[in-house]
Amino acid sequence: MAVARFWRENEPRYNLTGAKCGNCGRLYFPPRTVCPVCHRKSIGKMGPFKLQGTGEVITFSVVHDAPSQFELQKPYVIAIIQMDEGIRVTGQVIDCDPAEVNIGMKVQAVIRRLGEEGASGIIYYGYKFMPLTPPAAPRPPE
Amino acid sequence: MEVGIVSYGAYLPRYRIAPQEIGRVWGTDGDAMSRNLLIFSKSVPSPDEDVITISIEAARNMMRRCDVDPCDIGAIYVGSESHPYAVKPTGTVVAEAIGASPNLTVADYEFACKAGTAGIQTCMGLVGSGMIEYGVAIGADTSQGAPGDALEYSASAGGAAYLIGSKNIVARIDRTCSFTTDTPDFWRREGQCYPSHGGRFTGEPAYFKHIMAASQSLMEKMSSKPADYAHAVFHQPNGKFPVRVAKQLGFSEKQIEAGLLTPFIGNTYSGAVPLGLASVLDIAKPGDRIFAVAYGSGAGSDAFDITVTNEILELRRDAAPTVKDLVEHKKFLDYATYAKFRGKIRMKGGAE
Repeated sequence: MAVARFWRENEPRYNLTGAKCGNCGRLYFPPRTVCPVCHRKSIGKMGPFKLQGTGEVITFSVVHDAPSQFELQKPYVIAIIQMDEGIRVTGQVIDCDPAEVNIGMKVQAVIRRLGEEGASGIIYYGYKFMPLTPPAAPRPPE
Repeated sequence: MEVGIVSYGAYLPRYRIAPQEIGRVWGTDGDAMSRNLLIFSKSVPSPDEDVITISIEAARNMMRRCDVDPCDIGAIYVGSESHPYAVKPTGTVVAEAIGASPNLTVADYEFACKAGTAGIQTCMGLVGSGMIEYGVAIGADTSQGAPGDALEYSASAGGAAYLIGSKNIVARIDRTCSFTTDTPDFWRREGQCYPSHGGRFTGEPAYFKHIMAASQSLMEKMSSKPADYAHAVFHQPNGKFPVRVAKQLGFSEKQIEAGLLTPFIGNTYSGAVPLGLASVLDIAKPGDRIFAVAYGSGAGSDAFDITVTNEILELRRDAAPTVKDLVEHKKFLDYATYAKFRGKIRMKGGAE
């Protein structure tokens, strides 16, 4: 059951693909089949819309009491990210100490393991966010 | 038909551990191990990273640098000895995550440390025969050495992806050839967590014999000599072997400098030569000729003669991190955290 449920959401989880209402132009993530503003006027007009994957931290929480699958990662940061397209997405902020995370921090989406159905079960993959890599320092002339 | 590299991308986990830290735990002289292997640090994947995530990040970096429509990719081959699934191809997830599904062929390869270059050769054949327009070959690994084993000082994680095609080639593959024998220098049986190896047997009759033979065969076929190449990349299970084999073949230390990454990131197995080559392409100039030779235990070597074209100037090399950026973006771990990240600690319940 869980396999099919996650499989249906592969596209938004892998590629941050949301939906755009063809009637009013509003964006939604996760994707919706009907625009909650335009209602029936949007039926058949909801198209896929891929987010670029960059945004900034709006707010965050440090999780110290983790579910068993996240034991190896605690303490970890779960944050609401304001994507550059204006949509807000909830995700884990990784590859940094929780103390390094701050409101307004620029992040980019990467793909990571989200979880697994035990040692012999399916592995789920999807987006998490890491600090936007600082620009490389200028290199000395060769 | 000319076939070559249209784009490339690399990925390395951020975390590192130093040999001194590993030696401290196992009562071994970490400084001596570091000197003997010429490894100052090795990369360590996070608990949520594996060959699938590394392959996808490398492939996405590859796609960021070019304007190729992912729907035009006709094949994806992922070479690794640490695929997350025994049955369920890594490449299927990669294809979906870069938008190449569903009209393509996908397969996972395994040939110890040279599965990635085997993928490049397959893509060359498919593109050259006109069966596909573009093929993607990825070499990636998250290899492990048994705790306390010499391999633990070198086995690391990382990968690189190559878009192979016949249009807008940034680096033409002039020729490739291989040398393969049944040499049991290193292996891992089904169901085993850690590999076994033949100790010193992995040197002369394995690594050196196969790389020397493939290299000499390629130079004979191309009527070339070491001095004709601007850069050379050899498989690098440690920092010393590639330096020694380069010297034996007549290449200078300057020629192998750009592609020698193992001292800083350890042995990335299937990712080793693909990452070394990516590091060279990051700085390559039109006309540069590159000599690249992979080695996979078991055993075989794939050798490539590559010429960088003017198209490299059109490639958006700065649209994705360079290998140097990835190597320098690092954070060191202590052994306890490393053991936790690599699943070396027995946990209760559902955690790894």
